[in-house]
Amino acid sequence: MIFEYSLIALLSPLVGSILAAFLGKSLGKTFVNTSTILGVMISFVLSCILALEIYQTSTVLNQNIYTWLNIGSFSFHIGFLIDNLTASMMVVVTFVSLMVHIYTIGYMHDDPGYHRFFAYISLFTFSMLSLVMANNFLQLFFGWEAVGVMSYLLIGFWYTKESAIKANLKAFLVNRVGDLSMILGIGIIFSITGSLDYQTTFFESQNLAQTELFFINEWNISALTASCMLLFGGAMGKSAQMPLHVWLPDSMEGPTPISALIHAATMVTAGVFLLARMSPLFELSSTALSFVLIIGATTALFTGILGLIQNDIKRVIAYSTLSQLGYMVAAAGVSAYSVSLFHLMTHAFFKALLFLAAGSVIVALHHEQDIRKMGGLKSKLPITYVTSLIGSLALIGFPGFSGFFSKDALIEAIGHADIFGSGFAYASVIVGVFITALYSFRLFFKVFHGSINEHHSDVKESPVSITLPLILLAIPSVMVAWPTVGPMVFGSYFATSIAQPDAYQIFGYEYSTAYGFLVHAFSGPVIYIAMMGVLTAYVLYIQKPNILKGKSFESTFIYRLLENKYYFDDLYEEVIAKQARNIGQRFWSLGDVKIIDNWIVNGTAYRIGNIANRIKVIQTGYIYHYALMMILGLAIFLGWTILSAGYAS
Amino acid sequence: MVTLQSYLTLSALVFSIGITGIIINRKNIIIVMMCTELLLISVNFNFIAFSHQLQDLSGQVFVFFILTVAAAEAAIGLAILVALYRNKKSISVSELNTLRN
Repeated sequence: MIFEYSLIALLSPLVGSILAAFLGKSLGKTFVNTSTILGVMISFVLSCILALEIYQTSTVLNQNIYTWLNIGSFSFHIGFLIDNLTASMMVVVTFVSLMVHIYTIGYMHDDPGYHRFFAYISLFTFSMLSLVMANNFLQLFFGWEAVGVMSYLLIGFWYTKESAIKANLKAFLVNRVGDLSMILGIGIIFSITGSLDYQTTFFESQNLAQTELFFINEWNISALTASCMLLFGGAMGKSAQMPLHVWLPDSMEGPTPISALIHAATMVTAGVFLLARMSPLFELSSTALSFVLIIGATTALFTGILGLIQNDIKRVIAYSTLSQLGYMVAAAGVSAYSVSLFHLMTHAFFKALLFLAAGSVIVALHHEQDIRKMGGLKSKLPITYVTSLIGSLALIGFPGFSGFFSKDALIEAIGHADIFGSGFAYASVIVGVFITALYSFRLFFKVFHGSINEHHSDVKESPVSITLPLILLAIPSVMVAWPTVGPMVFGSYFATSIAQPDAYQIFGYEYSTAYGFLVHAFSGPVIYIAMMGVLTAYVLYIQKPNILKGKSFESTFIYRLLENKYYFDDLYEEVIAKQARNIGQRFWSLGDVKIIDNWIVNGTAYRIGNIANRIKVIQTGYIYHYALMMILGLAIFLGWTILSAGYAS
Repeated sequence: MVTLQSYLTLSALVFSIGITGIIINRKNIIIVMMCTELLLISVNFNFIAFSHQLQDLSGQVFVFFILTVAAAEAAIGLAILVALYRNKKSISVSELNTLRN
C-alpha cells in the first residue's frame, strides 16, 4: 500500500502538469487550475496518509521500481526510500505547493502565461518530490537538477523583463558551481563504494572514512570528509549559503507565488534535507560538520543584517529566508538534524505565509514593491495584516508560535554543542535573533502602520483565492509545533532515517511536551532578545521615526558595505567572472581559432592545395613527357620483377 | 657465325632507337608512329631469334600476328593523324599539349 500510494503521490502532479501544458491553451483557465490543483491535492492527501501510516507502523520502505541501466557490476535504479524524513518532507512540499496553486489562481489571474505557470509549478512539485523520495544518489541528482531547471524557468517567467532574465541566469550559474561540487562528491562515493544506493553507501561509510585521498605532496584527506564537503558544496548552492547566496535575493524577480514555493519553502531547503539524509556520513567527519556549522552561522548572521537596509518588500523576506536557512544549516552542523528539519518545516509554513502576504500587498497596491511608498495598510487589508503579523511573530520566535519552538530548540542545540566553531556560531545566532526581530518588524511597521500614502487610498483586500491560502497557512504557522515538537525534536520520530545523537546529548535535557519546553524557554535569553528587537523596531519606525531621519547613514562605510551586499556581487563580477571570461577568451583564440580552425580544419585544406600546386607542374600536356613516364615506369617495374625473381631463385 | 646474342643485340639497339625517337622527337607525330613500329619490330626480332634457337615455330607464328595487328594499328594511327591535321593544321608534337588544362 505504501508503495502504490507513494507512486501515485509522485506522479499525480506530473500528470496535472502535462495536462495543463498541452491542453491548457485550448481548454481554458478553469481546466488548467482544476487539473493541476487536483493533481497536487491527490499528492497532498496521499502524503498525509503515508506520513501517518509510516509513523504509526514505523516502517521504512526502500524499494527499487525500475532498473535504468546495468554497466558491468554497477546498476542504476530508480526507487523510493519512504521513511519519516521523506514523509514529513512530502507533506510540507505538497501542502505549500497546494496553497501556492490556489493562491496563483488569484495572483496570476490576468497573466497571459497562466497555463504555462501552472504547468511549471506542478512540474516543480513533481521534481521536488522525486528529490525527497529518492533512494539513490542518481535520482537525488535528477531531482536536484530538475528543481534547478524549474527554478530557472520560473524566475525568468516574465521573460521579456531584462532583470528577470539576468536573475534566472545568475541563479542557474551559481547553482552550477554547487552542482559541480555535488557531482564530484557523488563521484568520490561511487568510486569507493561502487554503488549509488543510500543504504549500501551508509553501510560502507567506515570504508569511506578509512580511505585516504591524496592530493599534491603531503596533502591527504579522508574520502569521507572530502565527499561530505563536496556534497555540502551542492547544498550551499541550492540552499544559498554564503558565499553562494548571491542568487537568492535576485530570484525575487520571479512572480511572488514562486518566491513562496521555491525560494522560501521547498527548493532552497533541499540542501538542509540533503544534510539530514546524509547524516550517517556527516556524523563521521567532524571537519565537515565544523565547516557546515561555520558556513551556516555566518550566513544566518550576515545575510540577516543585509535585510535591515533593503527597501523592496520581497527582498527583505528573501534575506530573511537566507538567514533562516543559515540557522537550519548551522543546526545540522552541530548534529541536531531533527531540529534543523523541524525548523525547515515550521519555516516552510510561516515563510510561505509571509511571501504570499507580501504578494497580497503587492497585488493590492498594483505591483508596488517599495516599502518606503507603503504604510497604514492595516485597516485596508485586514486579513493580510493579521496573517502577516502571525507570520512575523512566528519568524522572530514569539513564544507559543511554531517558529519559537523550532528556533529556540535550534539555538539551544547550538549552544550546547562543543565542536570547533560552535562558540562563534552561538554568538552569531544569538545576535541573529535580534536582527531577525528588527528587520521583520521594520518591514511590518513600514507596510501596515504609520500614515497612509495618498496614492493608495483606493486599496481593497485581495480576492478569496489569495486570502484563503493565507489563512490556511497561518493555522500551521501558529500551531504546527504544539503536537509535533515532542516526537520530532525530543522523541525518536527521525530515528529510522537520521543518524544523530539522542535528545539528551543534543540539548542536555529531554522534554516530551511543548508546554514544558515553553516554560523552560522563559529562563533563556532568546525570547528577551527577540522582544528587544521588536521594541527597537517599534521605537525607530513608529514612535520616533525622526531618530533615523536626522542622521545620514548613506555615507558611512558600513552602510555602503551593506548596500553593496559585502561586495560579493562585485567580487564575482569583477574578479571571478572577468578572469573566467579572460581564460575563455584565451582558450578560444588559442585552441579554437588557432589550433582547430587555422591549423586542423583550414590548415588541412590549405596544405593539400599547396602540395597539389607544386605537383601539378609535372603535368605538362606534352605527349613525349607522358611517354617517357610510361617507359620509365615500365622499366622500373620490369627491373623490379626481374631482379626480385633472380634473387628468389 | 651469327649467334643468338647478335640478334638480341640488334633487337636491343633497334628498341633503344625507337624509345629515343619517341622521347626526344619534338617535330612530327609521324616520326613517333614510325618509332613505335621500330619497337614492335625489335620485339619481333626477339621472337624470331628465340624461335630459331629453341626450334619452336609458335614464336614465328606470333610474329605474323604482331605484324598484322601493327599494320592495322598504323592504319588507325594515320587516320587519326589526318583528322588531327584537318583540325589543327599542324602535326607538330610540341604544339599538341592540350592534355594540360
